[in-house]
Amino acid sequence: MMYNEKVIDHFQNPRNVGEIDSPSGIGEVGNMKCGDIMKIFIKVEDNIIKDIKFLTFGCGAAIASSSALTEMVKNKTIEEALAVTNNDVAEELGGLPAPKLHCSNLAADALHKAIKDYQRKNNLESIDK
Amino acid sequence: MQGVYLDHGATTPLDEEVLEAMLPYLKEIHGNPSSVHSFGSKARKGLNEAREKVAAALNASPEEIFFTSGATEANNIAIQGVARALSSRGRHIITSSIEHHAVLDTVHYLGQVGFDVTFLPVDRYGIVDLDALVDSITEDTILVTVMTANNEIGTIQPIEKIAEICRERGIYFHTDAVQAIGHLPINLKEQPIDMLSLSAHKFYGPKGVGALYCRKGTKIGQLCFGGAQERKLRPGTENLPGIVGLGRAIELATSDIENKSKNLAALRDRLIRGLLEIEDVRLNGHPQKRLPGNVNVSVLYVEGESLLLDLNLKGVAASSGSACTSGSLEPSHVLTAIGLDHQTAQGSLRLSLGKSNTAGEIDYTINSMKEIVQRLRKMSPVLKK
Repeated sequence: MMYNEKVIDHFQNPRNVGEIDSPSGIGEVGNMKCGDIMKIFIKVEDNIIKDIKFLTFGCGAAIASSSALTEMVKNKTIEEALAVTNNDVAEELGGLPAPKLHCSNLAADALHKAIKDYQRKNNLESIDK
Repeated sequence: MQGVYLDHGATTPLDEEVLEAMLPYLKEIHGNPSSVHSFGSKARKGLNEAREKVAAALNASPEEIFFTSGATEANNIAIQGVARALSSRGRHIITSSIEHHAVLDTVHYLGQVGFDVTFLPVDRYGIVDLDALVDSITEDTILVTVMTANNEIGTIQPIEKIAEICRERGIYFHTDAVQAIGHLPINLKEQPIDMLSLSAHKFYGPKGVGALYCRKGTKIGQLCFGGAQERKLRPGTENLPGIVGLGRAIELATSDIENKSKNLAALRDRLIRGLLEIEDVRLNGHPQKRLPGNVNVSVLYVEGESLLLDLNLKGVAASSGSACTSGSLEPSHVLTAIGLDHQTAQGSLRLSLGKSNTAGEIDYTINSMKEIVQRLRKMSPVLKK
């Protein structure tokens, strides 16, 4: 098997799957080339990500990285969440096969988009570059 | 359940009887078939008998059989060899858009070194357009190469018609028959095929050995140099244990082919029926003109590698044409050629059956798929709710 146990665990038992009713922000990214699509929903209260859920169309790496990301940023501040990169997610998973690092490791991008969406809706200044 | 192997299109397990036939050639019969002494003649006997078995299975003559390291090499020798031998007569080669990479990459290479290549379109079932074939033939055409049956979607090509079209016009016809041996009857005395490639490990023989059938008189230029083995077409000391295994394997695979194919097709259709009960699952390839062991479906709203991982966790081995499993970022060229959009190709799954599969395994696979598809679709952002 090309994936390590941690990746398989997240794939098999994904955390925080689904949608959030009236979310504070939604972020969607797609890899046009290979076709992966990730959608992240966040609920923000007092600058803290109180709830986060995801929907993903993609390979094992895409599903596992979405799941791992939601665990990494739940109950974190917006600033802390924005500091999480795609690489951090791959590291959290104990590594991903090389070809997957570029095509399927998009969860942090989707999260950053969700945060931007939240900031835009609430007229908050974007701290993302 | 101890693992359900539904990836016979990738490779098959070695048949016990084939192993038995090979063992003496891995142990006591160690001579070089080219040697004059008694060790050599024992080895030579095994080589000759294997050649006779392959010839008999295809209804060809032993001197028309050339052993290779597999079908990739056989395809290269046939296609590049004809190109080399006939380049002064013409430089046009015709193939289909759904060939295996062993053919596609070879003709692409020839395209880079000055040959013209036509890739014939296929219909939505993957059947080559014969009108397009006739229209694309020119005075410059030296070779047509079209596979007997497709490895991904199982579609069986009208190779006899293609062979006749080529024969009438004096053009060589080569077919990659890798997936067909043991499933479809081949009779080279009746079918006007000039060259045919096959590989032992697709029909319960060992890996690393195959053969090229080359009709008597066919002009092929040498690609590899260094010895007189295989009448210089494939020099180098023969893989004798493998060749003996190939001989025994093809003998077993082509006996009672009609009954075996009928039984396998019944299992195949049981699997297809079960999978099509799942909502938004589509069959890829032709419903009837398909290999008896091949099932290929697209499961909408989910991705193929996820399906494979989940199936593997349930002990079922399969394969997919999804980009995520190909090592490239593109989904299968076969699925694209039959008109599937990107997302439908991404959700493709190939289940290829073999002689050891049971109805119980098929039902287990269908039930597993129902659970898996439901689980993955719950995660899918593209599912219309």
